[in-house]
Amino acid sequence: MRIPVSWLADHVALPEGTTPEQIADAFVRVGLEVEEVHHLAGVTGPLVAGLVMEIEELTDFKKPIRYCKVDVGNLEEDGETVKPQMIICGARNFREGDTIVAALPGCVLPGGFAISERKTYGRMSQGMICSVAELALGEDHSGILVLPSGTAQPGDDAKELLGLDDAVIELAVTPDRGYCLSARGLARELACAFDADYRDPAMIDVGEADDAVYPVHVEDLEGCRRFVLRRVTGLDPTSPTPWWMRRRLMLAGIRPISLAVDVTNYVMLETGHPLHAFDTTTLRGSLVVRRANAGEKLSTLDGASRELDPDDLIICDDSGPISLAGVMGGASTEITDSTTDVLLEAANWEPATIARVARRHKLPSEASRRFERLVDPALPPAALELAAQLLSRYGDARIERGRTDVGRPLLPAAIAIPLALPDRVAGVNYGRGVTARRLSQIGCRIEVGSSDDGTAVVVADPPTWRGDLNLPADLVEEVLRLEGYHTIPSVLPPAPAGRGLTAAQRRRRTVSRALAATGHVEVLPMPFVSPQTWDAFGLAEDDPRRRTVSLLNPLEAERPELAGTLLPGLFDAVQRNVSRGMRDLALYQVGQVVQPDERQVPAPDLPVDRRPTDAELATLLAALPKQPLHVAAVFTGQRERAGWWGKGRAANWSDAVEAARTVARAAGVELTVTAGELAPWHPGRCAALRIGDAVVGHAGELHPKVVEALGLPARTCAMELDLDGLPLTDERPSPVVSPYPPVLLDVALVADATVPVADVTDAIVAGGGDLVEDVRLFDVYTGEQVGEGKRSLAFSLRLRAPDRTLTVEEATEARDAAVALAAERTGAALRG
Amino acid sequence: MSGANDPYDPKEVAALSPATLTAAVEQAGKDFAAAADLDALAAVKPAHLGDRSPLMTARREIGALPPQARSEAGKRVNETRVAVQTAYDERLAVLRAERDEHVLREEAVDVTLPWDRVQPGARHPVSTLSEYVADVFVAMGYEVADGPEVEAEWLNFDALNFVKDHPARTMQDTFHVAPADSGLVLRTHTSPVQIRALLTRDLPVYVVAPGRTYRSDEPDATHLPAFNQIEGLAVDKGITMAHLKGTLDAFARAMFGENSRTRLRPAFFPFVEPGAEVDVWFPEKKGGAGWVEWGGCGMVHPNVLRASGVDPEVYSGFAFGMGVDRTLQFRNGISDMRYMVEGDVRFTLPFGTEA
Repeated sequence: MRIPVSWLADHVALPEGTTPEQIADAFVRVGLEVEEVHHLAGVTGPLVAGLVMEIEELTDFKKPIRYCKVDVGNLEEDGETVKPQMIICGARNFREGDTIVAALPGCVLPGGFAISERKTYGRMSQGMICSVAELALGEDHSGILVLPSGTAQPGDDAKELLGLDDAVIELAVTPDRGYCLSARGLARELACAFDADYRDPAMIDVGEADDAVYPVHVEDLEGCRRFVLRRVTGLDPTSPTPWWMRRRLMLAGIRPISLAVDVTNYVMLETGHPLHAFDTTTLRGSLVVRRANAGEKLSTLDGASRELDPDDLIICDDSGPISLAGVMGGASTEITDSTTDVLLEAANWEPATIARVARRHKLPSEASRRFERLVDPALPPAALELAAQLLSRYGDARIERGRTDVGRPLLPAAIAIPLALPDRVAGVNYGRGVTARRLSQIGCRIEVGSSDDGTAVVVADPPTWRGDLNLPADLVEEVLRLEGYHTIPSVLPPAPAGRGLTAAQRRRRTVSRALAATGHVEVLPMPFVSPQTWDAFGLAEDDPRRRTVSLLNPLEAERPELAGTLLPGLFDAVQRNVSRGMRDLALYQVGQVVQPDERQVPAPDLPVDRRPTDAELATLLAALPKQPLHVAAVFTGQRERAGWWGKGRAANWSDAVEAARTVARAAGVELTVTAGELAPWHPGRCAALRIGDAVVGHAGELHPKVVEALGLPARTCAMELDLDGLPLTDERPSPVVSPYPPVLLDVALVADATVPVADVTDAIVAGGGDLVEDVRLFDVYTGEQVGEGKRSLAFSLRLRAPDRTLTVEEATEARDAAVALAAERTGAALRG
Repeated sequence: MSGANDPYDPKEVAALSPATLTAAVEQAGKDFAAAADLDALAAVKPAHLGDRSPLMTARREIGALPPQARSEAGKRVNETRVAVQTAYDERLAVLRAERDEHVLREEAVDVTLPWDRVQPGARHPVSTLSEYVADVFVAMGYEVADGPEVEAEWLNFDALNFVKDHPARTMQDTFHVAPADSGLVLRTHTSPVQIRALLTRDLPVYVVAPGRTYRSDEPDATHLPAFNQIEGLAVDKGITMAHLKGTLDAFARAMFGENSRTRLRPAFFPFVEPGAEVDVWFPEKKGGAGWVEWGGCGMVHPNVLRASGVDPEVYSGFAFGMGVDRTLQFRNGISDMRYMVEGDVRFTLPFGTEA
C-alpha cells in the first residue's frame, strides 16, 4: 500500500512540522511494516505549466517528432520576458490547446537531469515537455503528462501544482489489518499513534435504502454477505479525471484510465472498499450471485477467457457469467469510453472464497487483496455514495434514486475482558483508564462494569471494520501495541531446572564432532532428489528404497523426491567440489531421511477447539513417514596426501568402514563388520555394519557402474549408518588394570583367502580365553610360499593374568588353544 | 721406572719429588686440554691416570719409603692425583657437552615443514550455531525438543491457528507431499514442535527446538528453500510479555555481547497474540552498530493452547523463532546464503570443529 502523506493529512490532524520519517516511525510503532519512504524528488529551476499553441510535425527522422510552440506565460527571467518556447517532443499523446508541464532551461529534474537550450533534430529546443516518470510521480513514461484543461494557467509554478514537496509512504499490511489498505484506516492508525484528531471519510449521510435500483438475487449468502448497488446516469464519458485525483492514483501506483474507472479506484484507496462498475446498458435481466457451474466460461477485463470452477463465486445476468466476484469484472459489461449509465456495485464477500478464486485464476488484484482480508461490511453504502457524488461532480452524472441492498453482513460481536487483562499479559502496570481509552480510540464502543466476583470488566463492541477482533487476546494486543511495546520491561521467567540434553541429542553431537575431528567435513545439502537417482544407484525395480515421499510442487520439476538416504546429497556435494578443483574429499552429513511405509494413509484433519484424543493423535502420527536420523560420509581423492614424508594414499573402502567405526566409538556401541552386498556399493567391497545381528548400515567402495552413472570420480567410497538404529548405551565400564607383566607372542596362520580376518580374530580371542588382552593383525601375506588361494595372517598377541606373573608355559597353552579354535572354526593352520 | 716389587733404588725416589709431581700435573693438564674430542681424551688418559702413569709409579714408590716419610709423600701424591683426575673430569665434561651439542645440532630438523598428510575436518557452522543457541537456553533451564521435517498439516498449520485458506498454506509458499490428500507438508517452521511439546510433556513447558525447515523460495543470496530455525516456547502460570522480552534480551546478550538487546515491533503471526517482530541490536553491524531483523515472537495464541490441551484460562506462554542461517549470515557477514547448502569445503573448513 502506497499512500501520499498529503492524503493522510486530509483525515488526521498531524502535529505541526511532522516529517514523513516521523510518520513512518509512528506506523512501525503501532505495528505496520513500512517498506520505504519515497520523497518526491526535488526539482530546481523553472518547471511551469504550459499551453501547447502549435505543433509542427517533423517527418525526416526515424520516428515522428514534434516541434511545439508552448506558451509558458509572462515569466520574467533576468529582467527579460520569456517568450513562448519552442520545444522538441517525441511523444504524441497531446494536441494543440493541451496544458502540459514544461521544464525550461536551468531546470534540474529528478535524478539530476539538467535541462538546457540545445539543438536536437535540427531545431533549437528550449526545454522539455515532461512525462509522469520524468517527474517521478509514477511509472508511466508512455507519453507526456497532459493536465485537464483549466487545471493551470501557462506560467504557473508546476512544482506546487504537482505537489512535489510530498512524500509517499509504502507499507506492507499484514492479513489481520485489511482496514489499513486505505487512507481511512491508515489515518486512523496515525491518529492513535499521535493521539491526534481524526475525520472518518466514510462518515457521510447516505440515507435509507428505500428502493432497489436494479434487481438482484443472491443465491449464495455464505459467499456473498452483502450486495449493494447504486446507479448514475447521464455521465459525460469525455469528462477528464481531475488532476488531484489522477495525482493521488499515480502516487498510489494505479494508472489513471477514465473518470468512471478512476473514481472506483479512488474510492477504494480512500475507504478500503473495492467497487465495481457495470455499464448498465449491457446488462441483460436481473443479476444473480452464485457459484459457477462446471464448464462455464468468462472473459475477464484483462482479455483472458477463463474456465470457471464450481468453487468460483460469480455474478451473472441472463447472458451468463459477467464478473468474477471480488476479483475481476467481465469484458462484456465493462465501462467503455462511451458509457453514460453506470451501475456501481459494492459487495461483501467471504474472504476465503476470494483468496481461493484469486489463487486459482492467478489473478491477484487490488480488489482481491482487500477481500481476502476483511472489508468493513458496513461500508458499501458510504463507498457507493462517495463514488456517485464524484461522478456527479466531475462527470455531470445524475444520481438515481434508491439503493439496492441485500444480504446479512457479518458484524463483530462484543467481547468482555477483565479491565486488568492487558496488564496481566504484558507484565506492566498500565495506568487507570488506559484499557478503556485505547479501545475507544480504535473505534470500540466501551462499557465498563464489574463481573459477579467484583473484578472490573470492560465490554468492548468492536467497530465494523475490525472483524479481526474476536477474542480477549485481540483486544489485549490493541492496548499493548498502542501503549507501545517499548514500555514492556525485560524480566526473566523463573524456569524450572531442566534435565539437559537427552542421550540421543548428546550422541548426535558427539558423533558429528568425532567425524570432524578425524578429518571429515560436514555439509548440509538440500534433500531434493531425482527418481533417476535410483536407476543410477542400480536399485532393483522392487527395491523398497525406490519408495520415497514426493512433493506435489517441487522447486525443480526433475527433483521431486525426498530420499531415504543421505547419499545423493553427498554425491552432489562431491561433484560440485570436484568441478571447482577440490579433489581430495571426505564429506559427511548427519540428518533426517524420509522412509514412507508401503501403505500410506492420509493424515486426518483434526479439530482445533480441543486437544485431540490419544487415538486421533496416534492416527495422525501414524500417517507420517518414518524419518530416522542418519549419518553418512563419502570419500574420494587422496585420503592421505603425498608430501615430503613420502607417498600419499588414495581413499579406499577402509576409510568408509573406519568412519563407521568412528561413529560407533563415539556412540559407545560395538560395531560388527561383515561382508555385505548392497547397491550402490561394489559387491566385493561392501561391508554390512551390524549391531548384534541387526544391519544398521553399509560402507565400502561404490559400484563402478554407479560411479560412472553419477559422474563421480573413480573409486569413490561411501558409508551410511542409521544413527537412530544404534542402541543408546547405558554401559558403565569398570576396568581392572593388571600390574603384572605381559607375555608377547606372535602367531602366523594360513587360511583360505576367502575366510574373513574378523572370523579368525574372533576365534583367537575366544580360544585364547581371559588371558588374551590384545590381538592385533600385523601382516597379511599372499604368495607362492602359502599356496594358491591362501593367505598368511600374522597376529601379535599380548597375554596377561590379572593376579600373577604369567609363565611362558601358560601363555603358550593359551596361544595353542587360540590356534586350535581358529583351525576348528576357519580351517586356519599354523604357518610352517 | 720401577714396579712395586722392584728392589729399592734410592735414585728412583725422585719419582716422588715435588718437582716431578708438579710436572706430571702440568703435563696432564696440557695433554687433556690438547685432546680435541672424547676419543683423543680417552687415548691420553692412560698416560696420566693409567697403571703405568708417573703418578701411579710414584704411588707405588711410597711403600718403599721409610715410614716417617710415607705420610707426607702419600699426601703429596694424593693431592697430585686429585688434581690430575679433576683436570681429566673437567675436560671430559667439556668434551661431552661439546659432543652432545654437536649431536643435537646434527639431528636438528626444519620444524616448519608442513604436516598436511590428512586434511582437517570441520563442522558446518549452522550445526554449531544451532547447538550454541540450544546450550544458551539449556543453561536457562530449557530442554531441547525435536520434530520431523515431513510434518502433518494439522501440526504445521491447523493447531497453530492458521485458517484453512491462509495463503501460507498454498503451493506458492509451502512444499506439499503427494498425493494431494496426504495431509502432509515439509514443515515451514519449527513451530509444530511447540504443539508436539505441549501434547507430550507435562506443564510447565520450557523448550527450544532447532531444526531444518522448508519454504518454496527460489534460492538466492538471502533465501533458501531449505533453511534452519530455532524455536523457543515457555508455557507456565503467569507468563507475561515482559518474560518474553527478558528471555530475548538474555538470548541477544549471549549471542552478541553484553551491549546487545532486543526491540519488539507489533506484527501478525496466526499462532501468537499479541505478536511481534524482534529486532536485535548488533554492535558489529556493517557501517556501525544498529538494529537487525531477527525473528518473530509473541504470546501463544489461546487457540494454540486449546488445540494442545492446555487451558488458556490457567496457563499462558510465549514463543519465538529465529533463522539460524540468517543469524549466521549477518553475524559473520556471509554474502551469499547459497554457500550454506552447496557443500563446498572451502566454505565449511574455516569454521573448524566449533564455530
